[in-house]
Amino acid sequence: MSTEIAPGEPIRVLLAKPTHDCHDRGVRLVAKKMRDAGFEVIFMNFLLPEEVIRAALDEDVHVVGISTSSGGHLPLFGDLLAGLAAHGRDDAVVIGGGVIPPDDEKTLRSWGVEAIFGPGTNAEQAIAMIKRRLATVSS
Amino acid sequence: MLAAVYGRTGKAHVVGVTGPPGAGKSTLVNALIGEHRRAGLSVAVVAVDPSSPYGGGAILGDRIRMSDHALDDEVFVRSVASRGQLGGLSSATARVVDVLDGFGFNSVIVETVGAGQAEISIMHLAQTVIFVAAPGFGDETQAVKAGVLEIADIFVLNKADHPMAKKADRSLHEALPASSGGGWRQPIISTVAIDNTGVSELFAKVREHWAQLDPSECARAATVRAQQQLAAAVAELASAYVSEEPDFESLAKQVLSGQLSLKSAAEEAFHVIASRTRPVE
Ligand SMILES: Nc1nc2c(ncn2[C@@H]2O[C@H](COP(=O)(O)OP(=O)(O)OP(=O)(O)O)[C@@H](O)[C@H]2O)c(=O)[nH]1
Ligand SMILES: [Mg+2]
Repeated sequence: MSTEIAPGEPIRVLLAKPTHDCHDRGVRLVAKKMRDAGFEVIFMNFLLPEEVIRAALDEDVHVVGISTSSGGHLPLFGDLLAGLAAHGRDDAVVIGGGVIPPDDEKTLRSWGVEAIFGPGTNAEQAIAMIKRRLATVSS
Repeated sequence: MLAAVYGRTGKAHVVGVTGPPGAGKSTLVNALIGEHRRAGLSVAVVAVDPSSPYGGGAILGDRIRMSDHALDDEVFVRSVASRGQLGGLSSATARVVDVLDGFGFNSVIVETVGAGQAEISIMHLAQTVIFVAAPGFGDETQAVKAGVLEIADIFVLNKADHPMAKKADRSLHEALPASSGGGWRQPIISTVAIDNTGVSELFAKVREHWAQLDPSECARAATVRAQQQLAAAVAELASAYVSEEPDFESLAKQVLSGQLSLKSAAEEAFHVIASRTRPVE
């Protein structure tokens, strides 16, 4: 699997948030906006990063977005990136959202998380970024 | 990939789960996955949700209710958007079901929402069809109208913990077609999917229905799947042909001017294609 997208094929996005994270209004809004932009959005809760990896593999998504506001971002994204790579899916675009401190953001970006959409950003920016990024790959 | 799958299909038990939005289908599927696993059976789930008519996107939210088995290697969940194709939905779903069947899953569960024609045609892919109702929707009569009751093999009244459950149970019993004597009697099972109440009874009925099926019945479901895919492939070919051939412009103009109905023009086009592509004798 690669991020090659056939013409007319919709972009598939996995949006995941930790089960215990009750701030899900933001993610749900992003999911709606993405749907309206023509994306197919698979929505899930998770306890372990492995669950996100499994879902990303089973669902053949192009993008994995994690919303987290409850800390533990570094090991979470670290496991996710390593797991996707171990299964040959390091082509998937990984993005983050929620509340992530600037220092962590820098680290995450250096690991390959392509964008973090924190407070003050909006769904439109994420959608534009994904479209731009996947258009580059498929052309 | 598909070519490799054909010849190995027809072994899985394909179970359809349909019913109105929010009746608890996904929660029930999650519980049914658990029953299958306890019986040592592997399960794949195809969860179909409608695409938005505006822009074609979709929110596929069934997976969120099926998290109990997130890390089980013998469980596979795939979310599918209907992508608004007329009739194409069932052929795309049929393809996914075939791949999972050929891959060797013991059971493939297909969840669809609603009770329209598209859902009914998807349910023809299944050997065992479960219709899930819940109290407080008044869906029983809607389902009768749509003809779902005829194709359902098992009825579930979910959310039996709801105060209106007794009343809904009565109206479901009334709405059911009278048993036609002999053969399979469609059971009505009450469940509370969130706490597993009634789910083992449901699973037993699902297996019982599968066991009493005539093998030819199973072959029929596989043939229906193949035929739906064939129909979609033919439609695709015809569509490409008609859009590319300049000869069809005049037919299109007759439709535009109101000289011909779209249906008559389509029939005309069909004859043209058939006559041109007839193999030389
Ligand atoms: N009280 C009660 N709630 C239930 C039961 N089963 C499911 N629910 C709840 O009903 C809501 C809808 O459940 P789902 O399983 O998503 O229903 P669905 O039919 O798959 O919904 P769609 O896929 O959106 O059509 C959820 O909040 C469930 O927790 C039940 O037996 N009792
Ligand atoms: Mg559902």
